[in-house]
Amino acid sequence: MVNVMDIPEEEYIFPGTRACAGCAMALIYRIALKALGPNTIVTVPASCLTVLHGMQGFCTTKISVYHTPFATTAASASGILASLEDKGLADEITVLAFAGDGGTVDIGIQALSGAAERDTNFIYACYDNEAYMNTGVQRSGSTPLGVQTTTTPEGKSVHKKNMPKILEAHGIPYVATANAAYPLDLYEKFKRAKDIKGPKYIHILSPCPPGWGYNPKDTMLIGRLANETGFWPLYEVLDGKFELSNSSKRYLDSSKRKPITDYLKAQKRFKSIDEKIAKTYEKYIDNTWKEIKSRLESR
Amino acid sequence: MTDLKKKYQKILGSVQKPVIGEAGQTGTWSSKKPIIDLKKCIPVKSGKPSCFNCWLYCPEAVVSRTIPPQIDFNYCKGCGICMEECPVKAISMEEVKKE
Repeated sequence: MVNVMDIPEEEYIFPGTRACAGCAMALIYRIALKALGPNTIVTVPASCLTVLHGMQGFCTTKISVYHTPFATTAASASGILASLEDKGLADEITVLAFAGDGGTVDIGIQALSGAAERDTNFIYACYDNEAYMNTGVQRSGSTPLGVQTTTTPEGKSVHKKNMPKILEAHGIPYVATANAAYPLDLYEKFKRAKDIKGPKYIHILSPCPPGWGYNPKDTMLIGRLANETGFWPLYEVLDGKFELSNSSKRYLDSSKRKPITDYLKAQKRFKSIDEKIAKTYEKYIDNTWKEIKSRLESR
Repeated sequence: MTDLKKKYQKILGSVQKPVIGEAGQTGTWSSKKPIIDLKKCIPVKSGKPSCFNCWLYCPEAVVSRTIPPQIDFNYCKGCGICMEECPVKAISMEEVKKE
């Protein structure tokens, strides 16, 4: 387990960005860059991260950033890597693709699947704020059941897509889930991914104050609740070996988990849900953890 | 014509300059700012580099990892995450008037 003092003090994003107050994505990006260091090239599709990088002529990061169209994030990472290999720099420089949930789960999935199949040596990080927040909260494939967005005014009727599992099916060497409320765990996961060769995928839950409907100061509390209720378990799959992360281990015991209504009631986006949906959630979480249990036992 | 072309190229050039405060002085987004009570702050009390949750959790990177921690009010957006994450509740959000 890393300590606060093990994290490098140098910042790779300058203060005064366009991100909203209390944005978890800004924290995830900050921690990720600290873990990967200055020799990193980031490729970013249209997302909140494009907003953070700022307007033409200026940039908020010390490292190189490549802005690419929505559907081509992973393909552009493959391209960057091919040119680095040509120049003989592929071992020194880490290529990081950093996309939102829309750019990963919906629009960018074919490029990501292709890059994973081509065995591109890059890290793909998806910060999941569970809707298209940048354009004003529209439903994405990653939006959970019952969430009110501008395109689902009565609440979404289906569960979110399990993206880490889809990437696992590609047989890539490293898949992990993370949470903005556990920055030390996040740092460790990026650090680990840096030293692995091949495609790496990290899916990070990123609470969003305007989109989820809560006070900006509660960003980390909401993120922590997602873990404590068992809604967002943190795990790693290293070369096919499943491992629960330390912060999620205790929730294997269902009595230690907080009731899911704590998580749902803390956010305005869930205000339209009734008891039936809350029950569905309980079942969903039970199934998730049953599967985790069986995976841990079958190792 | 060539002058105009050069002007456009200058504006639309692909070289981006990294700057502090790309969105301006984001400290003006909120009048409430975190004030650290140094009597409670763990690194100040113990004199050793420890805790620094405010530095770790700040999404804006405006808190320094020094003893005592310094907060840059010019760019602090006043979200209040540091107040929530401080284990000894040494940080409170207070109205700060700009001179």
